[in-house]
Amino acid sequence: MTTNAIDTNPTLLGVSSGAIDSIPSLATLRDETFRHLQEVGFPGPKNEEYKYTPLTRALEKLSLDDQEGTGTVNLADYAIPDLDATVVAFVNEKCVTSLPETEGLIVKPLQEALSEGKGINHFAKIVDAQSDAFVAWNTLAWTYGFYIEVPAGKTLTKPLVILHVSDGAVRKAARNLIVVGRNAQCTVIQMFASTGKGASYVNVVTEGFVDENARLDLYAIQADMPGQIQFNQTRVLQKDNSRVNSYAFTLGGKLVRNNLALALDGQGCESHMYGLYLLNGDTHADNHTVVDHIKPNSFSNELYKGIMDDTSRGVFNGKIYVRPNAQKTNAFQSNRNILLSTDAKVNTKPQLEIWADDVKCSHGCTTGQIDEDALFYLMARGIPRSTARAMLLYAFAGETIDAVSLPPVQQYLAQRVSQRLQRNDF
Amino acid sequence: MSKDIIEEFTSREYEHGWTTNIEVDAAPKGLNEEIIRFISAKKNEPEWLLEWRLKAYRQWTRMKEPTWPNVKYPPIDYQDIIYYAAPKQKARPESLEDVDPELLKTFEKLGISLVEQKRLTGVAVDAVIDSVSVATTFKETLAELGIIFCSFSEAVQKHPDLVRKYMGSVVPVNDNYFAALNSAVFTDGSFCYIPKGVRCPMELSTYFRINAANTGQFERTLIIADEGSYVSYLEGCTAPMRDEHQLHAAVVEIYAMKNAHVKYSTVQNWYPGDKEGKGGIYNFVTKRGLCAGEHSKISWTQVETGSAITWKYPSCILKGDYSSGEFYSVAVTNNYQQADTGTKMIHIGKGTRSRIVSKGISAGHSQNSYRGQVHVLKRAEGARNFSQCDSLLMGDKCGAHTFPYIDVENNTAHIEHEATTSKIGEDQIFYCQQRGIDEESAVALIVNGYAREVLKQLPMEFAVEAQKLLALTLEGSVG
Repeated sequence: MTTNAIDTNPTLLGVSSGAIDSIPSLATLRDETFRHLQEVGFPGPKNEEYKYTPLTRALEKLSLDDQEGTGTVNLADYAIPDLDATVVAFVNEKCVTSLPETEGLIVKPLQEALSEGKGINHFAKIVDAQSDAFVAWNTLAWTYGFYIEVPAGKTLTKPLVILHVSDGAVRKAARNLIVVGRNAQCTVIQMFASTGKGASYVNVVTEGFVDENARLDLYAIQADMPGQIQFNQTRVLQKDNSRVNSYAFTLGGKLVRNNLALALDGQGCESHMYGLYLLNGDTHADNHTVVDHIKPNSFSNELYKGIMDDTSRGVFNGKIYVRPNAQKTNAFQSNRNILLSTDAKVNTKPQLEIWADDVKCSHGCTTGQIDEDALFYLMARGIPRSTARAMLLYAFAGETIDAVSLPPVQQYLAQRVSQRLQRNDF
Repeated sequence: MSKDIIEEFTSREYEHGWTTNIEVDAAPKGLNEEIIRFISAKKNEPEWLLEWRLKAYRQWTRMKEPTWPNVKYPPIDYQDIIYYAAPKQKARPESLEDVDPELLKTFEKLGISLVEQKRLTGVAVDAVIDSVSVATTFKETLAELGIIFCSFSEAVQKHPDLVRKYMGSVVPVNDNYFAALNSAVFTDGSFCYIPKGVRCPMELSTYFRINAANTGQFERTLIIADEGSYVSYLEGCTAPMRDEHQLHAAVVEIYAMKNAHVKYSTVQNWYPGDKEGKGGIYNFVTKRGLCAGEHSKISWTQVETGSAITWKYPSCILKGDYSSGEFYSVAVTNNYQQADTGTKMIHIGKGTRSRIVSKGISAGHSQNSYRGQVHVLKRAEGARNFSQCDSLLMGDKCGAHTFPYIDVENNTAHIEHEATTSKIGEDQIFYCQQRGIDEESAVALIVNGYAREVLKQLPMEFAVEAQKLLALTLEGSVG
């Protein structure tokens, strides 16, 4: 990957105020990362990874001067009905709920945990701070986020919801580290929202470590966040016989870049990735996923679907790596898109890189529109065109929602998506 | 179970590795404006062409060698290459009788006996050795139909208007690093013009051979298909075994007007280097077709078995409404060969269609990449594309990679892409063996079936050669 050095001064982007400064054991990492970022700069339009998503330019143009926050954020607005969950909410960088006290589970602000030496073995080791300029910036600038540790053998019955609310014009970086011990299970849901229509920039990096026989379900729900520019990087390292389910639902925002990477560093791992991007207006959503099969006998499956309307743009890039000794790997990937308007665009690049011979890998991708015959079929049975259209679109998008393992979350998403599709403006 | 067979397969030698003792007339090593003037003077070129070359050279000096392909090679010293080498002969031969018998023997050894071909198969051949075209057969027969088929240098002399109008119209001088280099130093190649409404009665063929040491081959092919015409064009290539790498940077341009149909087939068998990856040809080729008129069609078929490194993307620009492009490819890599090949389909016109079928087979330590782009522009209402790229892996030291780019800017487009990677199924082999087919034949059968979709696109004469080539490289190599 070549990075074009550009004239974006990292200090302008708020590098000097990160939580990492207060953790002496990470001073070297901080300095190295800072030097690296200064050297490479933020990726320009020629950078292959950011070719279709001008994140750097969008940030340069972003003006955060004159937007006051509302000061009143009603957390109930963002709750998922009927979901029995532990919720922690952040308004801007401030935690507005009490820290959860679940027996056996450790949930702490990451800064505090790292100062105590907890998670220091994993921090910035799962995500390479130098792999991406925005990750590097996050490493230097994060101010909040959690260290979550699920001890061996523990099954977390209640999902943990982390709600990130941006009130007014903010620029913030969050960092999470999730360590799931042997035979343990947990579900973490990150929801993103912003009040009003103002601009905001949120940079979130989540690192996950899933030990043997453990399971981690990760959700990213990016729904009510008009005007938001978001960079969201998640990387999970999986050990033997572990399982990871990842769900990414992008229903709004101004510019969203999701980087999801799963490293299957164990045998018998199973990974599932589901994504849906339902875009209108001028929303730009980019999903970059990487599945790295390092050891033999693992399985991965990926399904991303997109519906683009108005002048929105969807970008998908899915990489599957199969390392030389990762024999007997089964890896599948599918990306399907529907363009609803003449000004919508999609750029997709499914990519396979395979160095082992005894594998079964495939990818497929399609781009099309609503099937006129199916529409006619429904209309012939007395269903109005708009309803028929919504039904067909829901049938298309629903495949990703059906895969959601928590029924209340599934219902919530189903409702939100079908509401969106039924509104005729979509 | 397959270790011995793989070894046997990987130890197979290149059969076209001999050299011929032909005296050559060569330019000194190196590249500068003087050399370009030298080449141009040698070829007795008009002033505008020299200017064109110099412009290309100046562009080239400002460009950077691309690093994005998924291939690795030591830097090329462009000053250590001979840019012009020609077999010495008195004058341009008028008929085959005048051609140096050594040369004829060379082509006979390659299995392309020019004399025999003339008599038997009815394929018109333009043979290019090192830098110049040495013989073109069947010229008169073609001339009766108004078809022009000759060497590029001859076309420059006899049909300068056509050359001047279309050269660089599909692959501009500054298109890419190697195209710019070629534009500056190209020495010969083939030229073909099919007039309005003419269906070329025979396959046209060019055979390329690099013979001299330290030379680079830079040929240029230009095919112009006028309204409603049809032509099927074949290209083949070999080179002697040498320890140093040789550079082959060709440009092929196809210009298809309204209702024209051009079929371009390549069997590329340049010397791939030895078992340790020493020597071999660097094959950096720019091939592009422009479907300029409505309902025109360009179809690329390639069987890539040779070259140390292949960097090649035969593409179609579908500009005319309802035009269509096709790309069929089988790429085989073995030992330390690296191939980064694929296609670009640029949909500009309404109702344009394209189809991509790519079959990669990698063995030994080789790396085989498919890189393709399907780009549907905003105006391309109702564009349609289907792509399939499959990879077959043999042995655990090789790699197969797929980099498809799909960019859609029109909502009426239908784009489908699928790719698979796997090894030859042991159950398939078992099935065959159970029916009394031995393992070697079973593999040959399966591989042939795997590549069939592409092979069947080749014209008869080439299909036989390609099948032999595949069988030779692949029989018995079970993954």
